[in-house]
Amino acid sequence: MYEFEFEKPSTIADAVKALGEEDAQALGGGQTLIPTLKQRLAMPSTLVSLSGIAEMRGVCPDGDAIAIGGATTHAEVEAATADSYPALSALAGQIGDPAVRNRGTIGGSLANNDPSACYPAAALASGATIVTNAREIAADDYFQGLFTTALDEGEIITNVRMPVPQAAHYEKFVQPASRFALVGVFVARFADGVRVAVTGASEEGVFRWSEAEAALAGNFDPAAIDGLSVDAEGMIGDLHGTKAYRAHLVGVITKRAVAAAA
Amino acid sequence: MVKVTMTVNGRTASGEVEGRTLLSGFLREELGLTGTHVGCDTSQCGACVVHVDGKAVKSCTMLAAEADGAEIATIEGQAAPDGTLNVIQQAFQDHHGLQCGFCTPGMVMSAAALLKDNPKPSEQEIREYLEGNLCRCTGYHNIVKAIMAASGQDVSAVAAE
Amino acid sequence: MPKDSGIGASPKRREDVRFLTGTGNYTDDINLNGQAYVHFLRSDVAHGRLVSVDTSDAAAMPGVVRIFTGADFEGVGGLPCGWQVTDRFGEVMQEPAHPVLAQGKVRHVGDPIAAVVADTPEQARDAAEAIAVEMEELPAVINMKEAVKDGATKVHDDLTSNLCYDWGFVEENREAVDKAIQDAAHVTTLELVNNRLVANPMEPRVAVGDFNRATGESTLYTTSQNPHVIRLLMGAFVLGIPEHKLRVVAPDVGGGFGSKIFHYAEEAFCTFAAKALNRAVKWTSSRSEAFMSDAHGRDHVTKIELALDADNNFTALRTETYANMGAYLSTFAPSVPTWLHGTLMAGNYKTPLIYVNVKAVFTNTVAVDAYRGAGRPEATYQLERVIDKAARELGVDPIALRRQNFITEFPYATPVAVEYDTGDYVATMDKLEEIADLSGFAARRAASEAKGKLRGLGVNCYIEACGIAPSNLVGQLGARAGLYESATVRVNATGGIVVMTGSHSHGQGHETSFPQVIADMIGIPEDMVEIEHGDTANTPMGMGTYGSRSLAVGGSAMVRATEKIIAKAKKIAAHILEASDADIELKDGQFTVAGTDKSLAWGDVTLAAYVPHNYPLEDIEPGLEETAFYDPANFTYPSGAYACEVEVDPDTGKVTIESFAAADDFGNIVNPMIVDGQVHGGIGQGIGQALLEGCVYDEDGQLLSASFMDYAMPRADDLPFYKVDHSCQTPCTHNPLGVKGCGEAGAIGTPPAVVNAVVDALQSAGKDVTHIDMPLSPARVWAAMNG
Repeated sequence: MYEFEFEKPSTIADAVKALGEEDAQALGGGQTLIPTLKQRLAMPSTLVSLSGIAEMRGVCPDGDAIAIGGATTHAEVEAATADSYPALSALAGQIGDPAVRNRGTIGGSLANNDPSACYPAAALASGATIVTNAREIAADDYFQGLFTTALDEGEIITNVRMPVPQAAHYEKFVQPASRFALVGVFVARFADGVRVAVTGASEEGVFRWSEAEAALAGNFDPAAIDGLSVDAEGMIGDLHGTKAYRAHLVGVITKRAVAAAA
Repeated sequence: MVKVTMTVNGRTASGEVEGRTLLSGFLREELGLTGTHVGCDTSQCGACVVHVDGKAVKSCTMLAAEADGAEIATIEGQAAPDGTLNVIQQAFQDHHGLQCGFCTPGMVMSAAALLKDNPKPSEQEIREYLEGNLCRCTGYHNIVKAIMAASGQDVSAVAAE
Repeated sequence: MPKDSGIGASPKRREDVRFLTGTGNYTDDINLNGQAYVHFLRSDVAHGRLVSVDTSDAAAMPGVVRIFTGADFEGVGGLPCGWQVTDRFGEVMQEPAHPVLAQGKVRHVGDPIAAVVADTPEQARDAAEAIAVEMEELPAVINMKEAVKDGATKVHDDLTSNLCYDWGFVEENREAVDKAIQDAAHVTTLELVNNRLVANPMEPRVAVGDFNRATGESTLYTTSQNPHVIRLLMGAFVLGIPEHKLRVVAPDVGGGFGSKIFHYAEEAFCTFAAKALNRAVKWTSSRSEAFMSDAHGRDHVTKIELALDADNNFTALRTETYANMGAYLSTFAPSVPTWLHGTLMAGNYKTPLIYVNVKAVFTNTVAVDAYRGAGRPEATYQLERVIDKAARELGVDPIALRRQNFITEFPYATPVAVEYDTGDYVATMDKLEEIADLSGFAARRAASEAKGKLRGLGVNCYIEACGIAPSNLVGQLGARAGLYESATVRVNATGGIVVMTGSHSHGQGHETSFPQVIADMIGIPEDMVEIEHGDTANTPMGMGTYGSRSLAVGGSAMVRATEKIIAKAKKIAAHILEASDADIELKDGQFTVAGTDKSLAWGDVTLAAYVPHNYPLEDIEPGLEETAFYDPANFTYPSGAYACEVEVDPDTGKVTIESFAAADDFGNIVNPMIVDGQVHGGIGQGIGQALLEGCVYDEDGQLLSASFMDYAMPRADDLPFYKVDHSCQTPCTHNPLGVKGCGEAGAIGTPPAVVNAVVDALQSAGKDVTHIDMPLSPARVWAAMNG
């Protein structure tokens, strides 16, 4: 790692201020950032830890939604949403491994927007609102491609508001080495429709599969997916699976997610 | 430099660290607690697992500065002061749950975290919990068996005796 | 009844206590006063000509002690190769130079260009980034078959081509084999890839070089399976340091699996730099660095043809293999696809005619050398896969076809130059059928199908050759080393024993199992025996631990030395008891005069050896310490039969291992618990090779599987509990313990069982799939199913 300064503010305001310094970077749980720093692929002047900001931690009900502090760890989300949003709880319990889940945070994951991460699928399928120190961003506007989001420089995800669907499930088919999603599909049925978000598959990162959503809106059954397919062009092709394989998996995994949710 | 103070295996430890100093590095280089091992740089092998405030954490993927004020437990603090192995350590020895020993500290610390939350895990739960702990020697057979035994389960029916 | 001590017992491992309490002493735990750290600047291109390496800016960076480049190693020896293969035309292999730091060219991603020594590891890395390298990039040579075509870019400009050797074995059989295949009633042909693997012991490599100016002695602490071999190779061939001025210490080593046999550039560098700088120099590999600097394993591309007569008897076998050497010849690389592979092609079968052709090829990839099994897994995989394919083509039961062709009479001289001393392949297959409950397979298949999964059963046999020897034979085969092992047994005055062995334990549990043997011979408690290993300063010259040789060769040396001890102790006892040596019996630690009640305890005799008051000083010297070097008469031949059941998810191609059973014949067993553990580990690695692991380069020579993020290591939830059995025992006839070796069996016997099972599963669903190359990832299985 390159040398950097370390700061651990206790309020959002102080964190924002610290992040105003040139080349300062926010540190969530560090489960992706620290390995990246070890490879010397990032060169922050200062790392601003968000782990000391009490108001950014924890899960609480918020009307028909749940509000999750941006610095809440995966393990905390798993425990806190087991009853209120079981599909989200199960997703959180499948990220990384137990030790990673004790450090990694929802805000860190969403800010990083790895194309194979799990949380982006949950946020997009739930129609989440990404709350930052400056504004609120709808999930549909937030994810903007590989490792790219609507966040501005120095902007912090303070909270994530997840509407709780009537039925939901996250189905993850893992890449054998990293155990990230080779394809992960989050299906969420709301009173006014179905949202299907796919992670791991696309070169553009997480996306909504609108054809599946339309088909499932009328018939929330795995059979509704029959005959639908995503275009293999635009899928990720690598040593773990071709574009065609990923496109095929999107259909299979979506059906499984629907079956489990229905 | 950042001044850090933490409690490690019940003793207070302080030091000056760089921002980039990892908890694993602080334990190994500053405190001489070389039982915590580093086997990868992508946060996957788990040889470095310690407990931070009671939770299993990969110490190679946590800054030492982040552990300021924390309670740390490492492999060196697991046996009784007179050297008596704890129940997990003893089960690993009884069931040959280690060979080269390099992954072992992380395995024992992960197993301890598992059994704290889930005192009688099933075989499958143990295997899934160890997702972040790689072992190249044992094929995991005797590790899983040892953890089952440490949780008081009868492992006499487990194959290969 | 299980024994509670001695040979055949399973005492708890004594080394576990330090490993379980964090008090082991691995190389990275060693920090010497004032040590500096080295960071290697490694090539990020596969092939290039070094135009210039400008270190001037880097040298001025904070903390930098000195920067070394290839120029600093001109006049220093290169890394030697320990085995010279002679090709089928009688010519010796092409053997390129292997400089410690690149000179003129880089030849693989990871080839070290410069080494920065600095006060801290991060300073060294900072400075390495400031080195300006001007490079003329050259086309990368990656595909082996392309590499040997006329006009191909050469990895080594001074060699005539990229072909290291073209080996034929047995060359005299070639025409007869060709004819037998031409005349056969049936020929089954299979083309396959034995996937390139990375050993990945959990402990990355580490080297700490030290130099004592007062004594002129260099010391290297290193993660090695064979410190004496490193001392000899590095001292004699690279740095020119005589053994008496060079000490190599391999303390606790966190797994090796072959990858820590070899002498590596980083070891030579740290030793060299410590002397040049008069300061200890430490290198700790990161895992990412390990992927591009540890020797890889396997990487064979093979065509195999099995000929059968009208009664399904095997009549001939012909193979053609391209074996990747990588960019340089690692220490034992040339021996792996030849003498460790061709000699095993008979397997468990009485095929009368065999011809093996191997073309070893240089490519712009990391060097390839022995990895757990080394050549024998490659032989077993192709043979057991082609037999399975033949059975399916002929519509016969794969087990029955094997049984029909088993070797049943021993000793058996194969047509590939080795003689199996003992074995009972029918017995291990019978045992396998029992422990794997093969008769219940149909019901289990039906249950899997009822839940939408395809179930397959794969069965295969294996034979392995361990404890390569004797030295005079391996010398003729090209080995530049002897393959004996040594032991010094030092009995102390009060009867306790220290055994100094040339074997090295890096997970095998020698500190526990070796004392079982000696305690049994003398009749004393095991805790009176301590094992020392891993330090050239206090152990006799030995060849180390690999190839499942430690007990068969190292253990035999220990037995021979202990026999000398006992013989001398009997003389002492005879003197004190006023009897003839021939009448002295040793049992349960007591010397007695046969037929009398006159006896002496072990401790009385050992004390007399060191306090020789009442002692036959005119006949024998005081003291009780003996050394033996044991050079085996032959290889040992463990064998076994393995069964794997898989489920395949037809929608995704994902394979899960539902059960795995192994019936092995290791001859006599010293510690069944440790043997079980060795087999478990081998099976885990074998399943890893079959389903998960693959080291992949792209056509530019970039390593795509460069970390655990892309190289899939087997995890606990990828694997089941295994059923292992080693009750079938045909003891080795030519070593004193009757042992054969068990370390590699699992890695050898497992991959074909898994692949056979997957093919069986797919064929059960009517899929026309006869082969899938490893690793059988979901994507590959799905692609195979969907044509």
